[in-house]
Amino acid sequence: MSGSATDIGFSLARQEGWNRPPVIEPEGEGELLEVAMGPHHPSTHGVFRMDVALDGERVVKLKPVFGYLHRNHEKIAEKTTYLASMPYTDRLDYFCSMTNNWAYALAVEKLSGQEVPERAEYLRVILAELTRIQNHASSIGFLLQEMGASGTPLMYAFREREKILDLFEGLSGSRMMCNYMRFGGCRVDPSAAWLDQTRKVVAGIPEFVDEFEAFLRSSEIVMARAQGMGILPGELAVNAGVTGPMLRASGVNYDIRKVDHYGIYDRFKFRVPLGDHGDIYDRYMIRMLEMRESIGILEQALKEVPGGPVMDPKAKIRNFRPKAGEAYGRIEAPKGELGFYLISDGGPNPYRYRVRPPSLINLTILEDMCLGHNVADVVLIFGSVDIVLGEVDR
Amino acid sequence: MLGEGILRGLAETARNFAGSYFSKERLTTVEYPEERIPTIEAARVFPFLVYDGPDWEAGMRCVACQICEKECPPKCIYIEKSKDKKPDYTGKPQIYPARFDIDVSVCMSCQICVEVCPFEAIKMDTVFELSTDDRFGGLLQDRKELAKSNEYYHKIHPTEAAEVDARLAEEKAKSEAKAKAAAEAAAAKAAAAAASPAPAATEVKPTQPVIPPKPAGGGE
Repeated sequence: MSGSATDIGFSLARQEGWNRPPVIEPEGEGELLEVAMGPHHPSTHGVFRMDVALDGERVVKLKPVFGYLHRNHEKIAEKTTYLASMPYTDRLDYFCSMTNNWAYALAVEKLSGQEVPERAEYLRVILAELTRIQNHASSIGFLLQEMGASGTPLMYAFREREKILDLFEGLSGSRMMCNYMRFGGCRVDPSAAWLDQTRKVVAGIPEFVDEFEAFLRSSEIVMARAQGMGILPGELAVNAGVTGPMLRASGVNYDIRKVDHYGIYDRFKFRVPLGDHGDIYDRYMIRMLEMRESIGILEQALKEVPGGPVMDPKAKIRNFRPKAGEAYGRIEAPKGELGFYLISDGGPNPYRYRVRPPSLINLTILEDMCLGHNVADVVLIFGSVDIVLGEVDR
Repeated sequence: MLGEGILRGLAETARNFAGSYFSKERLTTVEYPEERIPTIEAARVFPFLVYDGPDWEAGMRCVACQICEKECPPKCIYIEKSKDKKPDYTGKPQIYPARFDIDVSVCMSCQICVEVCPFEAIKMDTVFELSTDDRFGGLLQDRKELAKSNEYYHKIHPTEAAEVDARLAEEKAKSEAKAKAAAEAAAAKAAAAAASPAPAATEVKPTQPVIPPKPAGGGE
């Protein structure tokens, strides 16, 4: 459970001396102030509300209120064909449509027993890791925006993200709503020019990560505001079902790419960064390091990507009816474990369709992280969870 | 020293700011309405119906099979089948869409309709400036507004259109060869029947439903 270096994980060093632990005191004489706060604008994380009870500046109670962005995703998917819910999965976590596609395709492939060609497997890994890089870059950008760095780091992250989104657009036709993966492969075969462009973009990412890190790693403001804030103990994280960078920042070595061996991840060499303290700073650094590991995976995958078809020749586009049964497909999405649980009764649409969204489950322990901190820090702790409300409310 | 990290960060910002004047890498935005980034070939925005030849109504590839209507995730397509038939590109009489509407405000540009279409009749356009001040009529496009020529399709998606044309030509050649073979077989059969009319009268009867090539041959 501790964050010691193991064969697959490694822990990170940090400059000490900036910790500000939360103050948990018995309630004072004064009256509590109840405030409804949260990002209310879709351009931030989404529409969300926290009912916070304040004793002065200190948070003594916090209740997250979900559901403002509920779009009936699961019921729609149960009423429509398997293929037709693929574009809806793009709209769950709209930062990472490629990984959403993959998780859904994986669940359906398990259900129908389809094979994925070699080239498609490589493409999936490449696209998932590109997604991870752009998601982590922009989530760090948002975190710093919430720290008060009004826009500058976020725009640097978005500038880099744009290059990756251009790749997605060149391949799938859409920047964010890619709708690229299919049951038994991928929709379009990338040209050699696209792969060359990807190699070029990937070669430029380390420079950006270095720059981004130099920009912020030693900044006193970041350390003062992030170290010792919103601590999430590893045990609580495991009990709450938290996954992804949040869990690994608390020192728990759990990465589905390593645990589940889905796709072809066991062919690549990469390490899993682990945090020691489980605070905002660790979560921030874990994302930084994961970006570097993703670059490593991308370089290996782009070197080895084979030729051949990208779709299983037996795959059916129309009249797709998997045999009756149930399947759970899960992947390590940038935000955590993204799973799709499907029950088929042999018909053209799933009998039950359930999404296990990492954002929602990571958000459920928000109160435990926020108690005893100031209101201003609640915003930061919320930002460090890295959520997208499209996925929380579905 | 306290504040060193902040200064280091500010130096990075300054480097980016100065760099944005010289490097395209550091300044990726353009002043949109005046300056435009060319749309890429794979772009997909809104579907259109492909037609061959000069007349959009006669050359429409769509045969109103309603597969796209069924598969469309947000159900933004509305199709009414025609009562009569008209010849399609292979010369076979086919039903055509009497009504084909797509709602711009509902469509989510997912391209599922393109993938499921067995007739290569619906494709994605790259025009993205679809805003209108008419919220009802302007956002509901009928089949006339949706119809775009094959030349237009070649212009926006050259690689894909060439593949589609090759596939269609192959299919057409195959169906023509089939029709020709069927017509020859029918002619041979008719000749055989004419040569020996008396015994054939009773025996030909059950096989009669198995001569559909005849109308196809006649339509040619």
